[in-house]
Amino acid sequence: MLFLVQDGITNGAIYALLGLALVLVFAVTRVILIPQGEFVTYGALTYASLSSGQMPGTARLAVAMGIVAFGLDLFAARKSLHLKLVGRAFAVNIVLPTAILALTAWLAGRHPPIAVCIALSLLIVASIGLFLYRIAFQPLAHTSVLVLLIASVGCHLALQGFGLVFFGAEGQRGPTIADTAFTLGPLRFTGQSIAVYGITVAFIIGLWLFFGLTLYGKALRATAVNRLGARLVGIRTTLSGQIAFLLASVIGAISGILIVPITTLYYDTGFLIGLKGFIAAIIGGLVSYPLTAVAALVVGTVEAFSSFYASNFKEVIVFTLILPVLVLRSLAAPAVEEEKD
Amino acid sequence: MRERLPIILFALVMAAIPFIPGMPPFWIVLLDNIGLSALVAMGLVLLTGVGGLTSFGQAAFCGFGAYTTAVLTTAYGLSPWLTLPLSLLVSGGAAVLLGLVTVRLSGHYLPLGTIAWGLGLFYLFSKLEFLGRNDGISAIPPLSIGSFKMIDPGSIYFAIWAAVLLSALLTMNLLDSRTGRAIRALRRGHIAAEAFGVQTPRAKLLVFIYAAVLAGLSGWLYAHFQRAANPTPFGAQAGIEYLFVAVVGGAGYVWGGVLGAAIVVILKEILQSYLPYIFGGQAQLETIVFGILLVGLLQLAPTGVWPWLTARLRLKPARRRPDTTLALAARPRAAATSAVLLQIDHARKQFGGVIAVNNVSFDVQAREIVALIGPNGAGKSTTFNLITGVLTKSGGTISVLGRKIDNAPPQQVTKLGIARTFQHVKLVPDMTVLENVAIGAHLRGHSGALASMFRLDRADEARLLAEAARQIERVGLGDQIDALAGSLSLGQQRIVEIARALCVDPMLLLLDEPAAGLRHMEKQRLATLLRGLRDGGMSVLLVEHDMGFVMDLADRIVVLDFGTKIAEGTPEAIKTNPDVIKAYLGAVA
Repeated sequence: MLFLVQDGITNGAIYALLGLALVLVFAVTRVILIPQGEFVTYGALTYASLSSGQMPGTARLAVAMGIVAFGLDLFAARKSLHLKLVGRAFAVNIVLPTAILALTAWLAGRHPPIAVCIALSLLIVASIGLFLYRIAFQPLAHTSVLVLLIASVGCHLALQGFGLVFFGAEGQRGPTIADTAFTLGPLRFTGQSIAVYGITVAFIIGLWLFFGLTLYGKALRATAVNRLGARLVGIRTTLSGQIAFLLASVIGAISGILIVPITTLYYDTGFLIGLKGFIAAIIGGLVSYPLTAVAALVVGTVEAFSSFYASNFKEVIVFTLILPVLVLRSLAAPAVEEEKD
Repeated sequence: MRERLPIILFALVMAAIPFIPGMPPFWIVLLDNIGLSALVAMGLVLLTGVGGLTSFGQAAFCGFGAYTTAVLTTAYGLSPWLTLPLSLLVSGGAAVLLGLVTVRLSGHYLPLGTIAWGLGLFYLFSKLEFLGRNDGISAIPPLSIGSFKMIDPGSIYFAIWAAVLLSALLTMNLLDSRTGRAIRALRRGHIAAEAFGVQTPRAKLLVFIYAAVLAGLSGWLYAHFQRAANPTPFGAQAGIEYLFVAVVGGAGYVWGGVLGAAIVVILKEILQSYLPYIFGGQAQLETIVFGILLVGLLQLAPTGVWPWLTARLRLKPARRRPDTTLALAARPRAAATSAVLLQIDHARKQFGGVIAVNNVSFDVQAREIVALIGPNGAGKSTTFNLITGVLTKSGGTISVLGRKIDNAPPQQVTKLGIARTFQHVKLVPDMTVLENVAIGAHLRGHSGALASMFRLDRADEARLLAEAARQIERVGLGDQIDALAGSLSLGQQRIVEIARALCVDPMLLLLDEPAAGLRHMEKQRLATLLRGLRDGGMSVLLVEHDMGFVMDLADRIVVLDFGTKIAEGTPEAIKTNPDVIKAYLGAVA
């Protein structure tokens, strides 16, 4: 029994991290980030390939996306091109991913230490997240939640397809972050699970403080409520979106790196993991960080128990869990008139 | 008959295609797949493009249709024709269950919910023993008529495309009817539709079931076309693809679904056969292209290919003028027991700490124009919303003809003969003026969805449209009757709202700033119209900021300030009332 709870909490902590990222992105950009799962896969498999001495294809994807983003930047600013702007766009979109690619290519065959692999994976996935916002969502920023959601599904399809190209259909595992382990009563804690708990708690507290207390966090939230209003008071809304995606991709990649030593990940595993983070985020109403974290633990525990007692129907149970939650949510929410076009 | 000509032509062309000599059988298979996909997309058009309810889970309903017939024909030996109604019933029944749960969800919760149950059902299909788990069910018998078995793709082709054409016809009939107008109004929010008696949850459930039944039909055909059923084509990926089909073709248009299916199926085929040459042998490359195309399409052409095509071809739908000599039965009236139409007694509305309406009392008598005035934020529109049931009151009573209405829903209030317009115009911009106004007569018609689909509603429909046309003529917009509501000026849109309210056959008209945005001459015409209505026996309660207009028109004026009534009386008395002057000018002027 107890080991099921422990298993559930470890899974739940990962879902909590993802749920937080989803809440963060939704709160700032109104995008329901389905490709969050791909950030997980990319982070995990990039880390696994790097540590086994292979060159991950994601580094090349980052360069390609950077070129497209650069083109879009130039096109958007075609009426007022000046050197400083072009230079900055070039530095962010071209120089940065190319430098990462060069570094990756140089390190790939040399079996770098784990910490370097982790840092490099985070850098690669973070730049993909940044460019993803620039290419797919920034041009749609003014549209409805629904259009953004459909675009989000499109991104998920494309990124998952790339995942198959880069990492193949076989699953991979990565090396553990910490090998230590100790037993406490009947339970055995590995260094890996301690890392999972620690990082999750740190992120929850960090995000909560950031959005609740800092001016910048409040500016990000203001963007979500009213883009025009936020712009009028001097908040750069595209920057807010970029920061949100940057954070989300880093969180996704970290979750991936944390679980890839525990379970074998395939190119499409991230989608399911991300969706479970979703269930938590929705229970939290896509706004509340602490509630999302608690809900994620519940989802993880339900999953652990159902995979023990009814392993065949594990996914069915987890995904049907969302329905009563949605109903409660919609009953609790006041019937607001939504004006859509 | 003329408007049906393109469809008949299309049907003839589709019927002729298999007889073209030298037609590669592979193309027929493609056409079969297009037809199957078009059926699902058509349901999505109605659900998402028209009704505004996004679903990523339609593939699961195909699964219900396919597995129902698969189990019944293989395990119990039933004839496929017998399982057709059962397949539709099962997918419709599943839609009722899921719909009751999910249709109430607002905004983005609904698509998320559909992703969740889409995934859940996929895993259910692939785990259940009697559905064959991941292997599915094979050796499903083909469709047959007598001894003729539809085994090859060329023969089931006719069954598939007959289903597509029939569904397209029924869907278009449904959209062009009383129920169809209610469905088309859903996307613009509930309040306007509900104010004219549309039961919006029921309308939503209806389109949900309709879309599911079309998907079930597609699944039933699929099972007998492939003669096997396994979970893969009914998973989340397929559900996303169906939405993609609808968005590509044009989610707001029935033929957009068919066109989208053609584009996507052919594109997929091309991608699958050529991409491996370019990028090497990896599978699933087409999903990358699909994903990128979907995002690009949303950025460049969010309405899809069909509207773009019809704009190129300058296809103008022929509109027939309704025959205005047909009379529509009057709204059933309660026996008038009191000369006071509307009695508001200490009505109160609190939003958290803000008291928007504070113990306001006034009444409206028969044949009377009462104006409700006051500075911005005085609680005028909130009072309207309390009367019409949009908001629930925190205290006090509101009575109509001496009978208390205790937080009656808007649909109930309009039945009592209270019709309203909105401060922020709530018309459906892509419907014509005639169609918008006809929503007002919703409760005076009685044809349901099935009657509309089979065109049994025409007599009822003609009377509704005649009434709408008469009211449009009455408010002086006869020339704009076929214009799209969104193309009119704001002032004209307000007048369209009045025509829509008149279609209720009301005894009391609630007008929220009807003169805003009107030019001087138009205001005078509006005043003449309202006086005429009063003299004809109707009462009017209006909120208005144009003092010249109000003083000239109203029999009695009620003044609100910060949610409290500060004065009531004839225009002459109000003009000189010191409290009113103070509220408007700040100090004693």
